[in-house]
Amino acid sequence: MKKRTVHLRKTLDRSVKIISVLSAFLGIFFLAWILLEVCLRGISSMNLSFFTQISLDGEKGGIANALVGTLLITLSAVALGVPAGLLGGVFLSEYGRNGRIGNLVRFCANVMMGMPSIIIGLFVYSIIVSLTGTFSGFAGAVSLAIIMLPVVLRTTEDMLSLVPNALREAAMALGTPRWKVTLQIIFRAAKTGLITGVLLATARVSGETAPLLFTSLNSYYWPVEPWWHVWNFFTSPTANLTVTINDYAMSPYKGLNGIAWGASLLITAAVLALNIVARILFREVKK
Amino acid sequence: MTELKKQSRNAQSFPDRIFKALTFVSALIIIVIMAGLFLQLAIHSLPTMGKFGLGFFYSKEWNPVTEQFGALSSIYGTLITTVIAVVIAVPLSFVIALFLVELAHPVLQRIVSQALDLLAAIPSIIFGMWGLFVFAPFMQDHVQPFLGKHLAFLPFFKGTPMGIGMLTAGLILALMILPFISAVMRDVFAMVPPVVKESAYGIGSTTTEVTFNVTMRYGMQGVIGAVFLGLGRAIGETMAVTFVIGNGYTVSASLFDPANTIASTLASQFSEAVSQPVFRSTLMELGLVLFLVTFLIQVAAQMWLNRVRLSSGGGL
Repeated sequence: MKKRTVHLRKTLDRSVKIISVLSAFLGIFFLAWILLEVCLRGISSMNLSFFTQISLDGEKGGIANALVGTLLITLSAVALGVPAGLLGGVFLSEYGRNGRIGNLVRFCANVMMGMPSIIIGLFVYSIIVSLTGTFSGFAGAVSLAIIMLPVVLRTTEDMLSLVPNALREAAMALGTPRWKVTLQIIFRAAKTGLITGVLLATARVSGETAPLLFTSLNSYYWPVEPWWHVWNFFTSPTANLTVTINDYAMSPYKGLNGIAWGASLLITAAVLALNIVARILFREVKK
Repeated sequence: MTELKKQSRNAQSFPDRIFKALTFVSALIIIVIMAGLFLQLAIHSLPTMGKFGLGFFYSKEWNPVTEQFGALSSIYGTLITTVIAVVIAVPLSFVIALFLVELAHPVLQRIVSQALDLLAAIPSIIFGMWGLFVFAPFMQDHVQPFLGKHLAFLPFFKGTPMGIGMLTAGLILALMILPFISAVMRDVFAMVPPVVKESAYGIGSTTTEVTFNVTMRYGMQGVIGAVFLGLGRAIGETMAVTFVIGNGYTVSASLFDPANTIASTLASQFSEAVSQPVFRSTLMELGLVLFLVTFLIQVAAQMWLNRVRLSSGGGL
């Protein structure tokens, strides 16, 4: 080992410590910078017409249609992705803990969690949009559901595995069928954890843009108009907040840039709120 | 034995079997999707593969009008921005993990951890907005002229400072992958048994020495896994990069020059490509490349992190 004087070692130690403290605060500094800019620029473009008007070409307009579209797409994605994710998670934790198929599913889910969302968009484009011949909000919902699926699957497995086996054994010993044990006892015991997983997955997809470029696209009209023309959601491009940000940010009109900032603030606030709620719930699980 | 198996199968009630089958099918969906993803991208990129062959990967040509496409500029841009991001984010994440595990008061540790988690949660497009309207002008006015003045002898910092370009994209990528890498490193460091660290402190080591010579070596596999995880994120990051990289189709040594990455090309060119079969197939082939690269990186990351998981018996 090299010989170093105590003085040198202490100086080195102190400088590494200082660098480390500074780096941690550098991260927080950037978080604060981004949030501050989004808030300041976002709030100044918010007014009544921002929330009530539909998007128009030019200087004025609002994002009401995109707001409705994003809600529709995200809720449909939750409806498609969450049940599949929950059931798949049940399989991993209750039936396939160490089986070969269980391990394969786990591996695929881990890889899919790291897959760029734009690839998912490309995939859904090639199976839904090119087959039906039209961009649609439904295709967007499917792509978001595919992104949610592995996240829900893995958190469900983790949360169900935390439930002690004694609970399963006690219920089964009373003659309860396995499906009832799972749905009514294990799910109840793991409720908070499961909700956390769903919230985190929802937060993750509600800010997604790339897959929607290939699937929902964007539109200047209401997603379904009149409201009972539900099939519009399956047959025509659907307005949404994130693609609206993408389109308006590149616009030469200052007014549209402002609307993009307003939409950015809405998305950021929603995503962070979902995250914070999920984290508060998760703290209870840990206790 | 077979008799017993048969009996236990009969003992399962009908709804039970349905329920098990349902969960089984749901679990299989993810495998089907991954296989389908690969097959669809491969099938749709066949026309381009046939037309350009291997030359696709080293041709600089990018001309939608004559339908001549080469992936070199995209691959180059992806590589450079990812390298910038990883080179900056990995050491920073390392010292942040050091701060969180060894130095910070528990309260401060929780606050900083949660702030970093929030940074990780901010959507890519918000980084894009901030990058385009706030960070790029800042780079143009302050950072790039400074680099151009003092490091002009390097080929990396030549050209007009425009704010956008590979350097800006790389820096924003670094900021985006930082919280992911530091969170995994923090968990890996926290898993090192206290006895191991304490014995190093006991023979008079400083915190720095303990971290670099004991904690890091002990958790090396986890650290490598974390780096791969960050790498995978940086390569596929789309919206933020698309906003700030400038979408140029040249291969240039200067980091100030506009460039493109595979993901940014997919996002920015797709609306034009929809109506041109060759163009669309080109984008599918780029998507296939991105899929395969991400797949390999994820496998590597999982492998390293699994080793840590096995040797420490859970956690992480």
